[in-house]
Formats: sequence, structure tokens, C-alpha cells
Amino acid sequence: MVQTAINKGRMMTSMKRIELFGWKFTITPARKILTFIAAFSIAAMVIRLITGFSLLTNLNDDWPWGLWIAFDVLTGVALAGGGYSTALVVHILHRDKYHPVARGALLTSLLGYILVMAGLFLDIGQWFNFWRPFVSWGHASVLFEVFWCISIYTTIQVLEFGEIVTEKIGIKLHRFFKKILPVLMIIGVVFPTLHQSSLGALFLIAVHKVYPLWWTEYLPVFFLMSSFFIGPAMVCVESALAGKFFGHKVSLNVLSGLARISGRMMVLYLGLKIFDLFERGVVGLAFLGNLEGNMFLLEIIVGVAIPIGIVFSRFGKTRNGLLVYGVLTSGGVILNRMNTVFTSMVSYSSGAYFPSIWEFIVSIGLISIGCLLYSFIVENFNIFDHHPSQRSDKHDNQLSV
Amino acid sequence: MSKGVLVDITKCIGCGSCTVACKMWNKLEYDNKVPSIGEDATLNDKNWTVVVQSSLNNAKGESVWRFAKQQCMHCVDPACASACFSRALQKNADGAVVYYPDLCVGCRYCMIACPFDVPKYEWSKAAPQITKCQMCSSRIAKGEAPACVAVCPTGVMKFADRQELINEAHLMLKRDDRYMKTVYGEHEVGGTCWLYVSDVPFDQLGFKSKLGSVPLPSYTHSFLKNVPVIALGWGVLLTGMSFYARRRNEIAKAKQAKRNGTDGNQQGEDDDFDEED
Repeated sequence: MVQTAINKGRMMTSMKRIELFGWKFTITPARKILTFIAAFSIAAMVIRLITGFSLLTNLNDDWPWGLWIAFDVLTGVALAGGGYSTALVVHILHRDKYHPVARGALLTSLLGYILVMAGLFLDIGQWFNFWRPFVSWGHASVLFEVFWCISIYTTIQVLEFGEIVTEKIGIKLHRFFKKILPVLMIIGVVFPTLHQSSLGALFLIAVHKVYPLWWTEYLPVFFLMSSFFIGPAMVCVESALAGKFFGHKVSLNVLSGLARISGRMMVLYLGLKIFDLFERGVVGLAFLGNLEGNMFLLEIIVGVAIPIGIVFSRFGKTRNGLLVYGVLTSGGVILNRMNTVFTSMVSYSSGAYFPSIWEFIVSIGLISIGCLLYSFIVENFNIFDHHPSQRSDKHDNQLSV
Repeated sequence: MSKGVLVDITKCIGCGSCTVACKMWNKLEYDNKVPSIGEDATLNDKNWTVVVQSSLNNAKGESVWRFAKQQCMHCVDPACASACFSRALQKNADGAVVYYPDLCVGCRYCMIACPFDVPKYEWSKAAPQITKCQMCSSRIAKGEAPACVAVCPTGVMKFADRQELINEAHLMLKRDDRYMKTVYGEHEVGGTCWLYVSDVPFDQLGFKSKLGSVPLPSYTHSFLKNVPVIALGWGVLLTGMSFYARRRNEIAKAKQAKRNGTDGNQQGEDDDFDEED
């Protein structure tokens, strides 16, 4: 009896925090659920890779691109845009006050891209052939540019992250990584600029299929601008979450400053969008009351106009205001990507498509894996507290307990 | 010289020999669920060509049947080939747009790009491939007509040089006023190697009538041609901004330090990245 009680006690403590070869990982109920979802979805992914598409997905000839492309890839890349927009502000424009969010944004972005690559890998039929475009150059294709840019940029981000990793392991290499960082930062802004826009350009060729509210020759510009302003929005959401779960509070001044940079870009975006609608003479389509029109209005009003209003109001200087702004803006960009792939093609494609439960499970699984990796890395590397501050002492004390 | 096929819709009786010849030449299975002739005929991975039957009224108001053979249109400037990022779809000099399965990654971007919705996917296979009419490119290479053309009992199709066929089609339209006054495929998305003449409007036969005459790759080309310039210019601009902003910060810091009465130069040389120590 006593023995089992002790065992039970030991188990309880070991469930709180795992320590293995100097790596730490805290187990919480939320993380248990995430782990379960991740494991379940990995099983689904393996089955998908072995059996093809028909068993687990609802994809068909009318809908060759489904949830995995729309959400895992298009949306994932946009959400990961926080990395390059923050890098641009912090490391190239040298706005030093935004330093505290730089590493967090880089981490989210890096994980985002790795998951995007995983999503892409799952969505290609001949996945064992994924390396073909490296040797067989279809350089007239926008997808070719996307493929190369994402490959190179993920590599660049891993190298950028090397600077953080070598603080803990491979310390000898730290000086080297620090030296190459400024160059990496510049390449690391150029490549996302190219492929964020080329994700929009992917749909230029589908001129007869994409609903006119979304098809425009400005598609690449719109995708680029929105990938830029979703960055600070994501940082606001992420900071709210990190503040809750990791006790990492970013100063309000920093967040509202970032949000204002993003807000200015949103004003520009909205202006260009309205100009474009008038120029092409399709403004009326937004007010037809049909699915496309309503989804478009939802995207523009709730995802762009209202967040602009929040950022430049008093509410935008409060934590709650910034969180609402962040959620609405990120939601708006997600909706925009979904609309571009799904809503815009509903009337063209006769066949109905709704993602299967397995497609959802795989997508949610990828996000879960991302959250788990994020938690693990935040616990083991200096993501939040790399600036000398009072907090870092406290944090170190905590960790040594 | 680009080859082509001219299809005279008025001559087709819907027998479906062409679909059978296609299956035999390309060793395709019969699909029990999806017919290759009739009102419900649909292109898919096993049906590379189908004959779609339509019941409609002709110019005189009589109820008639018409049969439209569908297959890859083999565009002059194919969107699918330009969209393929691993060159699995290529345009031959003889006009055929050919698929090379070994190069295919399975991204299905060609399906998104094709304005005629021709490329289909082997959804039920573990390692699926794109499928579509290859215009029997191996037969063309030997100087023969595609299998479907060769087998047609009523002479619906004619295989020849594309430009010759266009000239001939326009002569037909001039001589016989039963025909609609357009040659479908002459200008659509920049022109296709399969050309059609008909005595009923093309949109009633299921042809896409609003495709315009702009080759679709031109949309992506006008974007891609700017990419190298933007990349280079943006890189240079960023480098410049980076140096400028750093210098400005240094000067500001030096001024601040002077005001505080300490040696500003030392501090000024700290750059951003060193601060992370």
C-alpha cells in the first residue's frame, strides 16, 4: 500500500515536469490533450501517405485543392509572416524598442514554415518525388518560385535560430552565427516578400475560376500587404497567450506601437482594395447579398475596417483592445485566404466539397504539434528573456528549482 | 509546324468509336460508374476523351441531338505547362501537350490552371498521377493521326497543320451558312490545337464561351518577370536602410551619452546584434 502510494506520488511529480538529459518539459492538462491530438493526427498522416487521398479526404476532380492547401499552406504562411515583418522593423529599421517581441515572432514564424512544409508534403500525390523541382526547373511557374523561396527561407530561419540555439548547445559556434545574422536578416526579409506575394500570384492564372471580388492583377500585392500586417496582429495574440501561460508580459507601449505600424499598412490595403474594386467596376458584386458578396463584406468590415478603427482609438491602447484587434485582423487574413480558395470558386465548381473529418484532424494535429514545439522551445531556450532585465533572474531561479 | 485537329460537330453521330480507340491505344480501363458517351459523359482519369450528347433546338427551332467530343484542347500557349513547377507537362513543337509522369510531384496546380478543366487525377490510387489526352504524341511522331481521328467512321475530324485547318474552317463557314460564324479554338486563351465548327451555339454544347483571347501564362509572366528586379532592388534597399538606421541610432546614442557626460563613441559602436549578449 505504502509502496503504491509512493509510486503514485512519484508519478504525480514526474507528470508535472519531465527532465531528460537537461531538457525540460512541463506537462499540463492542455498539453496532454495536444499530445493526444498530435499522435492521433500523425497516425492519420501516415495512413494518408500510404493509401493516397480517397480514403481520408473529400478531394475530387472539381476540387483539387482543399483544406490542406487553403489552411495549412496559404494561411500558415500568412500567419508566419510575423517573422519577417518583425525582423524588418527590429533588425533592419533598428526600432530597438520592439526587440522584446523579435525572438518570439521568429520562433512562431520558423515553426509556421516547418508546419507549412509538412502540410505541403501531405498534400502532394507523389510525395517521394518532392525534390523534383530542385532539378527539373519549371521556372515559368509561380509555384516554382513559391517552392524555392519557402525552401530557402526555412533554411535561413533555421540558421537565424542557430544564434539562439548556440546559446545553449554548440556554444563554440555562437560567434559565427552572430556574425552572419545581419546578412541572414536581409535575405530573410527579401525571400518572404517574394513568396508571400507569389502565393497570391498562384491564382492569377485561374482568371476564369476565381470570383471577380478576389481575382485582380493586384492579388500578389494584396497577399504581400496582408502578410505584413498580420505579423503584428499575431504578435499581439501571441503575447496575450504567452502572458497567460508563460508569464511573459510585453509592454503595452511596444504592442500598441507595432499595432500602429500594422494599422497604417491596413489603411493602405483597404484604400487599394476599394480603388481596385472601382477600377474594375465590380463594386456592385459586394452588395448582391449572395454568398460571395457577404463573405467579402465580412472579410473587409470585420477583418480590416473594424481593426483599423480599434488601433487608432483609445481602445487600441489597452491590452484587451490589442487582443481584439489581433484576433480580428488575424481572423480577417485567414478568412481572406479561405475566401480566395473556397468561396471564390464555389460558383465556378459544380461539385460540392467540404473537408472530411480526417482533413480537419490532420490540420488541427499540425497546429497541436506546433503548439507543443513552441512550448518546449520556450521552456528550454531564451526566447522571451534574452534582454538583461529583472525578470531573467527570477526566471533562472525558477528553472533551477 | 504545329499540328491540329478540326472537328465538325455537324458530322458526329455519337457512336463513341473515338472513345474506344482512345482507351485501346492508351490502355485505359472502362469506368463502370462514369460513362464516356451520352448526356452524363465526363472526363476523368480513365476517360481521356468523351462524347457529350446534348438535346437542343437548332436555328429553325427543330429539336435536335448534337454530340461534342471533349478532350485536352492542346493550347498553343498552355496554362498547365506554364503552371507545372517540375516540367511534368511540356508543349511539343508538333502541338501536343505531353505529360511526363516521372517528373510529376502531384501538386495538381495544372488542374487549377487549365481553363478547360482537362487534367484529371487518379484519386483512388496510392501514388496518383495526372491524366489527360496526349494527342497520341507517339503516333504523331510517326506521322500518323491520333487514334480517335484515325478511327472515326463519319469523318468528323481532320488532322493537319493547325494554320491550314483554320483556313479550311473559315472557307467552310463562308460556303455553308448553317455554321456558326466562329471557329472555336482559333482565339480562345490564345488559341488551341483542337478546333471546332458547329451549326449550334458553342455554349449550348458545353463549351466555355467567355475565355477571351489572352494566353493565361501571360498573367503569371507579367508577375514573374518583375521578380528578379524586385528581389535585387529590395535587397539593396534593405541593406541601405539597415546601415542608415544603425548609423542614426549610433549618432542618437552618442548625443545622449555626451549629454550624460560619458564617452559616447565607445557606446556608439555597439550595434544591435551585440546587444543581445
